[in-house]
Amino acid sequence: MNNSIFEILKKRILVLDGAMGTMIQKYKFSESDYRGSRFINHSCNVQGNNDLLSLTQPEAIYKIHEEYLDSGADIIETNTFSSTSIGMADYKMESLVKEINYESARLAKKATNKFNEKQLNKPRFVAGSIGPTNKTASMSPDVNDPGFRAITFDNLVESYSEQINALIDGGVDILLVETIFDTLNAKAALFACDVIKETRKSDIPVMVSGTITDASGRTLSGQTVEAFVTSLSHIPLLSIGLNCALGADLLLPYMKRLSKITENYTSAFPNAGLPNAFGEYDQTPNEMKSLIKEYFEANCVNIIGGCCGTTPEFIKLISEEAAKHEPRKIIQNV
Amino acid sequence: MFKKNSLVLSGLETLEISANSTFVNIGERTNVTGSKKFLKLIEKEDYSAALEIARDQVEGGAQIIDVNMDEGLIDGVKAMTKFLNLIAAEPDISRVPVMIDSSKWEIIEEGLKVVQGKCVVNSISLKEGENEFIRQAKLIKRYGAAVIIMAFDENGQADNYEKRVEICERSYRILVDKVHFKPQDIIFDPNIFPVATGMDEHKKNALDFFNATKWIRTNLPLASVSGGVSNVSFSFRGNNVVREAMHSAFLFHAINNGMNMGIVNPNLLEIYDEIPKDLLDHVEDVLLDRRDDATERLLEFAQSVAGDKKQKKSVTKEWRKLNLQERISHSLINGIDEFIDFDVEEARLTVNKPIMVIEGHLMNGMNIVGDLFGDGKMFLPQVVKSARVMKKAVAYLLPFIEEEKSDDKSNSAGKILMATVKGDVHDIGKNIVGVVLACNNFEIIDLGVMVPPEKIIKTAVDENVDIIGLSGLITPSLDEMVFLAKELDRQNINIPLLIGGATTSKAHTAVKIHPETKFPVVHVNDASRAVGVASNLINKDSKEDYWREIDLDYKNFREKFLNKKTHKKYIDYKDSVKNKFKIDFNKHKPLKPNIVGVEVIDKISLEKLVPFIDWSPFFSSWGLHGKYPDIFDYEKTGSQAKELFNDAQSMLKNILIEKSLTAKAIFGLFPANSNGDDIEVYQDESRKKILAKFVTLRQQLQKREDEPNYSISDFIAPKESKIKDYIGCFCVTTGFGVDELSKKFEDKIDDYGSIMVKALADRLAEAFAEYLHREIRLTKWGYSPNENLDNSELISESYQGIRPAPGYPACPDHLEKDTIWSLLNVEKSIGVRLTESRAMWPASSVSGYYFSNEKSKYFGLGNINEDQLKDYSRRRGITFEKAKKWLSPNLN
Repeated sequence: MNNSIFEILKKRILVLDGAMGTMIQKYKFSESDYRGSRFINHSCNVQGNNDLLSLTQPEAIYKIHEEYLDSGADIIETNTFSSTSIGMADYKMESLVKEINYESARLAKKATNKFNEKQLNKPRFVAGSIGPTNKTASMSPDVNDPGFRAITFDNLVESYSEQINALIDGGVDILLVETIFDTLNAKAALFACDVIKETRKSDIPVMVSGTITDASGRTLSGQTVEAFVTSLSHIPLLSIGLNCALGADLLLPYMKRLSKITENYTSAFPNAGLPNAFGEYDQTPNEMKSLIKEYFEANCVNIIGGCCGTTPEFIKLISEEAAKHEPRKIIQNV
Repeated sequence: MFKKNSLVLSGLETLEISANSTFVNIGERTNVTGSKKFLKLIEKEDYSAALEIARDQVEGGAQIIDVNMDEGLIDGVKAMTKFLNLIAAEPDISRVPVMIDSSKWEIIEEGLKVVQGKCVVNSISLKEGENEFIRQAKLIKRYGAAVIIMAFDENGQADNYEKRVEICERSYRILVDKVHFKPQDIIFDPNIFPVATGMDEHKKNALDFFNATKWIRTNLPLASVSGGVSNVSFSFRGNNVVREAMHSAFLFHAINNGMNMGIVNPNLLEIYDEIPKDLLDHVEDVLLDRRDDATERLLEFAQSVAGDKKQKKSVTKEWRKLNLQERISHSLINGIDEFIDFDVEEARLTVNKPIMVIEGHLMNGMNIVGDLFGDGKMFLPQVVKSARVMKKAVAYLLPFIEEEKSDDKSNSAGKILMATVKGDVHDIGKNIVGVVLACNNFEIIDLGVMVPPEKIIKTAVDENVDIIGLSGLITPSLDEMVFLAKELDRQNINIPLLIGGATTSKAHTAVKIHPETKFPVVHVNDASRAVGVASNLINKDSKEDYWREIDLDYKNFREKFLNKKTHKKYIDYKDSVKNKFKIDFNKHKPLKPNIVGVEVIDKISLEKLVPFIDWSPFFSSWGLHGKYPDIFDYEKTGSQAKELFNDAQSMLKNILIEKSLTAKAIFGLFPANSNGDDIEVYQDESRKKILAKFVTLRQQLQKREDEPNYSISDFIAPKESKIKDYIGCFCVTTGFGVDELSKKFEDKIDDYGSIMVKALADRLAEAFAEYLHREIRLTKWGYSPNENLDNSELISESYQGIRPAPGYPACPDHLEKDTIWSLLNVEKSIGVRLTESRAMWPASSVSGYYFSNEKSKYFGLGNINEDQLKDYSRRRGITFEKAKKWLSPNLN
């Protein structure tokens, strides 16, 4: 099935799901909900550790996956954005990394299996979500000591490897290195992917998705879109693209630039506009759909989805729109 | 949009190098090997000023910045990562891609780990063989970088057109076909070498580069060509007018032939069209090898254009204006032999007899050397260099002295016989002491190594020597020294003994040798003390007092030593066996080796071993003590250590290039189990037929509670456990060729070179042992396939398993080497043989066992009692007396 996704991408635009966090927020889980029965005595607060819910509230996570699949998503992301030893250190849950990734992958897989059984002509895929971690390998957290680094490449490779192996063990179809704001972190993740693919003799496809943080048009670590693509094109990818931080309108110019210089498929998962003063996203599904339509008309995207603020309603409209358009053709640069 | 098949690099922004791009200029000032200024800043850790240099370069138009931290004094990994991290915080610098430049893979790899953009690695090559090349290339691909490939392979650097083409093509095919490296990410550096050096073989250096460049760009699709341009004008250092013309003419032709990027110092670059026509003609004659006398003509022409810019030459030779004695002293103190013949000749004309130059000018200089050395202001390697100059001067004078048929005997301070005793082949220390004594006007008769006692005694008597100096490194040599002392005493030969060498000690000398003779014996392990001791031993007026003094000193020392010793308690051998080190072999299960049997390695390039060298012992063999590379920072000896290290590096380079030493190894991995304190080695897995038996020794010192009495047999699963265990043994050598090479230096009256060869060969042998042990752990045995240790971790033995060597503290029994030799058939297979004292010949060899168990560890046997010795002689199948002789250093 892994190879077939390349074939499907030749024929149509694929839809990735929307935000996980936004959906979880709706449940308004309390500290004790996060803990469940298993972590009643855990030594620190775990509210906000969304990835933990794959263990303590698996029914809720499963339901979110189902809702996105119902609304037409071809690819759903595992609930593992922060599930590295580095991310889990905030909650003193480093020892759970393997289990969270494994169980999250199984949950998502269970959902896609259900849909794949009844709908043979629309195969669904699970992408293992690999977030950026909360530390940067090419920037110092200390303004007075620019040469300092809070994390090393080797630490990142080790931490990512643990996550990636568990995701593959859990059955994911794709690895998605996403929300990259420091390219060096992503290089470490790709390094880990490459080593693991070799040792496991796996040909699992890898997607990467960077984040343009603001109107400067650069990543947080300072790279232009072109430099970002250049820095991450050394191992075979299923797709490269951009997600988060910006709404569909502001992201489009960068997607256009990106799609011109890569020989890989492209992806875009914009936010539902920019958040308002209360951190909420006001954009309606319809508004976002019409902005996304421009992506299709500009012919710059192969995989489309949503990031912060998007819900199954958004994905439903986007998915309906995507079906009306031809996918971006990969043009060999001349 | 990028053009198809461009090489695209990135910092914060991208750099596209397409087929139509103009020449890409790589900034070279952030390179410690090329810029003194940058080096100083890095040494001072003035990184903010260093960053300014990088910034200036980018502002000045550098499209890539080359960063190189390859300098012995600098911790390359630390400096590289620190500087790259700082660059990352400076957007106006980090907008351009970085070139990580190092000859050391570890620096390259650590550099790759801190750069977010797509950078260039400068460089890797086939130097260490295809496997290492592939490994590095694969990693570079994984880190997402482009790569510069040097035209260098297992046989050395490509120095003609054919080799350049052959190596570049081979490298390209491996990268593209096997590693699946993108061809546009490959950049070749087909070696820019100096021209106009005066050597015929260098005449085509530039032309071969141009032609190779053209060939690469035509035949290796998408690959780029780069190079460091300033090399070409190396022989015109100091004449910037010629250099600048050479650089731009070279670039002009190189670019025309397809070189599309390069490291060029813009300050040292004349504009091609502005080069005066006559100069350009002369330069191009050389570059393009257009006439046979091109070099001579350019050299001559260069004189006429020199002087336009600042000239340093006159300054460096300021000391040549000093008076004659001062010049001779200067040459001796600084070890400069360039002018010594000239100055000695001048001196000879001023005296009545040539011998007076030696006694006057030269000895005056050497006395200063001796004083400086005595005051700790000069160091051994310098003194050895001084001695080389002294010897050259004497050699120059000898024919004149002979001619005069002068019967003047040089009034030497005394005659000293030096020898490494029977059965021992180690002579580095002895040679150093000999040189130092010779510098101080002692006449040295060096009988070499493996000298039988009869010969030492006969020569001593015939030559009427004043002192006999004995040296030895292995423990059986101690007995030889005792024997020789007894013999001298028995024959009533009244000559003092100097004892030195790694296993010798004041304790041994006082306890074992001193009681055997009524004449003085002095232990000297430090060359700087040798002169004082020797002078005192000989001095006509005071020697008797000194002799008495020594006698008393050694008597007291012996008594104190023996008293102290009795405090230690020893337990019965059978109790020590009960208190053995117990490994739970079910928990720490032995792993079957991938290879069971014997394997010979006789085609390994020395280059492979170099990264495994532990340099610290190298310095201590020269009397400089400290840990490498910290030793360079020592206030007192740092600069000397640095100089020694540089000399060692260039000697090493020559050895590598000329392949003057040969490395060979043999190892075997066998089924084995312990049986009591023996280790039985079996023919096959049926474990029925015993091939050999290692007889081990067990600590007998009374231990604190819960501390075991170790024997190396404890690390192998016992027979009765039925657990299948294994043992390995090996012998490596890098000693073939040492004698020939050091002889070459000795013939040139260059003791410094000769000692250096031996010291380096010893290091290479240890490096080979380290290398092979790693191969054993990773693949051959394969019990730690994922180990990833750097050299300092290797040196500190942080790996699993041990490789103790017979004759060393854990297993001091040299006879075990006989077992290894017969088990592996060492002598027949690789030619290393054992002397009667079981020293290995050639001397630069290492042998030992391999134990793989994670619980195995190094320990010192300490002393043993007669009860164990009895059991040992039974197990070994030798008489009690013989056992006593071999193990005497460890007997209570």
